[in-house]
Amino acid sequence: MGTFHQNKGELHGITVIVDTTGPEIVVGRCDDMDERGIFLHEADVHRDGEGGRSKEEYVRRVSQLGFWKKHDHLMIPREKIVSVRRLGEV
Amino acid sequence: MPYSELLVRPMREELSSAGVKELRTPDEVDAFMNEKSGTAMLVVNSVCGCAAGMARPGVRLALDGDRRPDRVASVFAGQDLEATARARSYIPDIPPSSPSVAFFKDGELVYFLPRHRIEGRDAHSVARDLTQVFAEHCAVPAA
Repeated sequence: MGTFHQNKGELHGITVIVDTTGPEIVVGRCDDMDERGIFLHEADVHRDGEGGRSKEEYVRRVSQLGFWKKHDHLMIPREKIVSVRRLGEV
Repeated sequence: MPYSELLVRPMREELSSAGVKELRTPDEVDAFMNEKSGTAMLVVNSVCGCAAGMARPGVRLALDGDRRPDRVASVFAGQDLEATARARSYIPDIPPSSPSVAFFKDGELVYFLPRHRIEGRDAHSVARDLTQVFAEHCAVPAA
């Protein structure tokens, strides 16, 4: 038993990794994704090389134990999105 | 903002009816966490159906197995705020995640199942992960 939101897409409630055309890679809980982009809750943004970690090193790290949120809500425009992956499948 | 207790009660009972002790206050969390000997599992319960809807039945299935932790408890994120914050203070290096499951042996965190490892899975696969942890760390019950 729980709360479900059936008017949302299949990624609703799922923690995703969003790679972008820029140096940023974003992790957060997907609210919805549409023609405008992807809407995330409780998101963290990592810039390639920040803290000495590449994007992939960052992904490996957060896939183990999770991440600390930097943003309550974040929207990434569709034209900036390279890929969207489920963090649990990394 | 916490949900109505009417909505949440069945989610509490889904775990408590399986022998999971619900910790509602910081003092109850301290009492649970300060008992260091043996194995202990702490479930961070959550309203979210996307993941908690599978976490709770997964925990129940795992606890049905031959091996189980010496002590099992839960806090309810978003509902029992102070108790949840106190529980998280015992694992300060782990980012907050709900639902999630932390497993301790002799007071040391040896396993953590974050929300993103529960999302999109079914109860049996969640239970399989926990059962493996029980097999590794929990004693075989006396015959």
